[in-house]
Parts: sequence; structure tokens; C-alpha cells
Amino acid sequence: MKPATVQELIWAGVLVALAAFWPMMSNGYWLGIGVDVMMYTALATSWMLFSGPTHYISLASAAFFGVGGFVVGSGMSDYDASFWSMLALSAVIGGVLAALIGLATLRLSGVYFVIFTLGLAEMIRNLVSWVQNNFLGSRGLYVLTDFTDAHLYWMLLVTAGCVYLLGWIISRSRLGFALRIIGGDETVARHVGINTATAKVILFTTTGVFGAIVGAIIAPRWSYIEPNQVFSPQLSFFVVIMALLGGSGRLWGPVVGVIPFLLIWNWVDSNFSNQSILVLGVAFLVIVYFLPHGFVGRIEQLRASARGRS
Amino acid sequence: MYRRSFFGLAAALAVAGTSLFAQDMIKIGAIAPKTGPLAGGAVVTQWPNVRLWVEEVNARGGLDVGGKMKMLELIEYDDKTNPGEHIKLAQRLATQDKVDFIVAPYGTGFNIATAPIYGKFGYPMIAVSAITDKMEELTTRYPNLFFTLGTTTAFVDGVKEILIEQRDAGAIGNEVAMVNVADAFGIELADRARELFGEAGFDIVYDKSYPLGTPDLSPVMKGAKDSGAKAFIAWSYPPDSFGLAEQAIIEDLDVNLYYSAVATSFPAFKGAYGNKINNVLGAGGTDVDNPAIAAYRKAHMDITGEVADYWASANTYASLQILEQAIVGAATLDRDVVTQYIKDNSFDTVMGELSFTNNFSNTFWSVGQWQDGVFRGVKGSNVEGAVPVRAKSGWSE
Repeated sequence: MKPATVQELIWAGVLVALAAFWPMMSNGYWLGIGVDVMMYTALATSWMLFSGPTHYISLASAAFFGVGGFVVGSGMSDYDASFWSMLALSAVIGGVLAALIGLATLRLSGVYFVIFTLGLAEMIRNLVSWVQNNFLGSRGLYVLTDFTDAHLYWMLLVTAGCVYLLGWIISRSRLGFALRIIGGDETVARHVGINTATAKVILFTTTGVFGAIVGAIIAPRWSYIEPNQVFSPQLSFFVVIMALLGGSGRLWGPVVGVIPFLLIWNWVDSNFSNQSILVLGVAFLVIVYFLPHGFVGRIEQLRASARGRS
Repeated sequence: MYRRSFFGLAAALAVAGTSLFAQDMIKIGAIAPKTGPLAGGAVVTQWPNVRLWVEEVNARGGLDVGGKMKMLELIEYDDKTNPGEHIKLAQRLATQDKVDFIVAPYGTGFNIATAPIYGKFGYPMIAVSAITDKMEELTTRYPNLFFTLGTTTAFVDGVKEILIEQRDAGAIGNEVAMVNVADAFGIELADRARELFGEAGFDIVYDKSYPLGTPDLSPVMKGAKDSGAKAFIAWSYPPDSFGLAEQAIIEDLDVNLYYSAVATSFPAFKGAYGNKINNVLGAGGTDVDNPAIAAYRKAHMDITGEVADYWASANTYASLQILEQAIVGAATLDRDVVTQYIKDNSFDTVMGELSFTNNFSNTFWSVGQWQDGVFRGVKGSNVEGAVPVRAKSGWSE
């Protein structure tokens, strides 16, 4: 992953400003797609913050997303709390959880880490159900608000913008530099005096915070929260595939992965409803065989060859 | 000049003709799981009834809307048991496909999640597979949402009444063994049951939950057996209702009252365990001797090739009959008029005469029992044909 430039930040600002007008231009269905795009952009970008430079593939997105949704559902349904206070609380819980998990597991590397994070969502789902069953006792988790898709879209846009800004700052800081060295060779990084565990935990925590925030914002859209649905492992795979399809070389990579993926997914879904899961497999193959560095890698390769020719 | 205008007229007529043809169809949208955790229930209860209804109406030449016969065109999507997907597809039905009416989703959460979308476009939503105690709040918020299958409390009440009757008859004592699946619906029912059973003087001597989709229910059943209670209640879902019955047979659970909730009423339940599950109680019920129900079950078998379940199948079909009669009665496809018609009128359905008070239809079965190969209703609200409960004795064929 390369450090981000000021030029990129300006472009990102312009894009965010333009994206803010989408709810005024689109009707129900396309606005709904817009909400999906923003949700996955925020999730995939925050995934990229950590996994991009370190090359640790995390399948924990669903765990944090689910925690956010569950905290909002439980708080608003069982304790009559406001949405905003629960949104803040879910960010805190997501962060603390990620920090604890990070401390326990980021000493692991490679495939051990992947497998652990895959099991994490399942573990938290069961834990949450157990707590709800034994201590909270619930009459269903209802999240009834007056938010429309446009409101949720803007909230997600702001979240995605914050993720990008944070990533931009980190990538230009000492921490970002340290992470790139860890990604290159962790042994070397330790050898030159980088506290690799701390750096990784900090970044993993931000992923947890943003995952939980996105889950919390989506909760009013679903209106009724069931642990089995908010902790769906499919979400984790979606996030990883979209991020890799875009390319992990640049912070803006996920955006160019999320949009085409969701458009194709939705087209296949509405025309060949039973085959849509195939898209996931084909996307995997495309990444492995044709786009090992994602769209970003391919774009930069083309740019470099154009420059070479001229 | 004349010729040109004649062509123009012909072209205009042709255009008008095609649009008239398009208007002869009523577009019906249906979204429910065909894959994912809830698919097992939806393919038994929801989908066959939607297809049955559309085929029957079209075989009759369509619906009479203000003197014009209109055929039904069904647009169906699989939500993969995923709320995000479902919401998106609902928006698609409303704004891209522009369907005239919709079939309410399958599952409590999906009905509540789509209520704001369908409400915005004025679609009447006659929910069937949705059970909640929050009906008042939900229908105030979403005036287009109707409920037809009862409340959480009604379900627990049905079981409580049976417990009391069996205690009075001496078949069981005060001890009850109760288990529940640790998921929204199971937790809600168990929570309510602790309260209501306690008030009725029952002692829940064994109270355990298990995670959804757990493959091994043997420890749960062993614990229930060791408790010595003569009554066993499980607030369970489709996969585990089967798993619990299997373990009860293996352990030879010695009870005089055995109840498991969702899916006990599925024909496959008897298919799996034959007469071993004779006298098992479960959520739902129906009166197979009622001529309307018998005719419906036969049509279901003839057209879809499957046996209707002994619970919400009939309610699902009835909800479609309500929609049908409201469209014909209101003589328009104007959704606001049709919704108002549903609120103001009563409907002649396979479940008998149905009408709504505050968007709630108070006619439903709550508990049924497998009696000699048929799952018959034993408790319900405003339903006729309930048979007396029998005591369970042993698990042999």
C-alpha cells in the first residue's frame, strides 16, 4: 500500500460532495442500492485500513457489524434508549471488542488469523444469544425510527468519509509507515524496533469501531434485529471480495470494487435470482486469475505502460 | 394528408391497444426465502399457496375489477433469508416492477422491515407468518399492515390452558420441563411462558436454552428426562423441533404431555417419525373435517403436488383470498381504496369468516395435536372444530 497524496484527498472530498446529492436524484430502488454501496464502501475501506498494509485477511467484519446492530436493537427495544446514544455505545463496544481480540490474536499470523476471524462472528452470535436468553430476556428487538433511506445514506456517507480521512492521515503518519514495513516483512519490522503488536492492535480497533458504527446505522433499516441475521458470515466475504476486487494497493481501491460488484450482483439477482451466489465465486476467480491487484493494480499498470510508450 | 393521419390514428390505436392489454394484468409481487435458514418453512407454507392462488384465479379467468376480467401476473424473488436483500427487492417491486399488489413476506422480522416501504406506496400487507406482541404499536405506525396469525401471548396461553386441564385430569403434576431455542422467537416465547406458567402455579423444574442450528440435542433431552417432569414444552424452530422429537424417541422420554412449537405441524414431521409422534402437541392446528378446509387441502395437493401444512398454510391462503375479495369488492386497483375495504369488511375464506379489528384478525389456531396421523387443532381463538387433548403415552409405533 502506497502513502496517500494530497491530490487524492481533494479528489475524495469532491466525490463525497457529489455523492451527497444522490438521494435527490434517485428513487426508492436506486437509493436502496446507494445505501448498499455506502455501507460496503465504509466497511471495505475500514477493512482496507488494517488488511491493506498488513496483508492480514480479516473475516471479522460481520462480527463487528452484528455487534453494532445488536447494541442498537437491544438498547432501543429493552431500555428505551435513544438511537444516537446507542450508536455511540456501539462504537465503543466495537472498539473494545476489537482491541481485546487484537491483543489476543494478532500475535498469530497468516492462515491462523483468517480462521480465527471467520469463527469470531459465529462465536459472538452465540455469546449474544446466550446473554439475551439468560440475562436480558427479550420480546424481540425492534428498532422503530423515522429515518428514511436518504437519512441512512447520508449517515453512511459521513462514516465512509471519516474512514477515508482517518486512513489518509494514518497512511502519511509514522504508524502508516510502520504498517507498510510489517506488511513487507514482519520480522524485519520487529528487528528495526517497531512494536508490531501495538501497531496492529490500533488499526484493528479502528476496523472494529467502524464496523460497529455501520451495523448500528443499518439497524433502523432492518427494523427488527435477529442475531442470526446480523451476524451473517456472508457479509464478511462480501467485504473482502469487494476490497480485493478494487485492489488493496490504494486507500480508494474499495470504491472501485464495491460499485461494479454491487451492480452486477443486483442485476444477476433480479434476473437470475437462483444463480446470484455464482457471482461471488466468479468474482473470486477473476481476482485470482486476472486482477491479482484489483482494478487499482490494473489501472496503474495501464497508466505505467502508457507512460512507457510515450 | 388523410392517409397520413389515418396511419397516425392506427399507430395511436396500436399503442393504446398494447397498453390496454398491459392493464388487463394485475401484477402481484412476492418475496420470500427460497434459500437460507427460513427457506425450509417458506417452501412448505408460503410459496405453494402463492402459486396455488395465482393458478386458481387465472384458471377462473382472472379477477373481476369493475366489470373487467384481469389475469394475475406473479413476480417472485428469493430474499435468501437476508433482511438487506429483502428490503432492496421490496423497493424493486414498488419502484421498478411497479406491481399492483404484494404478498406479505414470510417471517416476523421481514414483515416489520418492509412495512415502511410498502406503507409508503400504500400496499396493503396482510401478514401471516408474523407473530408479535407489539401489534398495536406496529399497526398504529404502519396502518397498511394487518396481522392474522395471533400473538405471542395467545400461543403461550394455549399451552397454559392445556397444562392446567391435564393437571386437573391428573395426567401431569406441577412440574414442567421447558427448553427453548436461543433466537428471537424462542426467547420471546420462553420469557412469556415463565411468567404465565408461574402465575398458573407451575414449577419449571428444568429450563434450558440451546443455540439455533445445534446438531446435538441429546444433552438437552437427557436433562429434561432426569428432571422427572411429566410435561415437556419446547419453544423450538424447524430444524430443532425434529431433532428434539428424535432425541425424545431415543431417550424414550416418559411424559404425558409433549409440545414442540414451529414445524411440528409440517407433514414432514409425521413423515419422519410415523406414529411414534402420536399425541405430540405443536403450534398451529387445523380442522381437516371442515368442508372448506378439506377442499382447500385437496386443491393444494392437486395443484402443487404437496400436502398443505396443518397450520399457517390455510391462513396464508386465506390472506390471499382476502386480498382477492377486497380487489373485487372495491372494484379498483387503487391501493388506498382496497386497504380501506379490507378494514371495513369481512371476508369469506377457508378459515371461515374473517374480519379485522384494529388491523388484527382474531381467528387462528394456537395449539394442535397429532392424532392418528392427522394434526388437529385443539386450542384456538374464534375457530370451530377443536378436539379434546389426548395424553401422550410412550414413543412406540
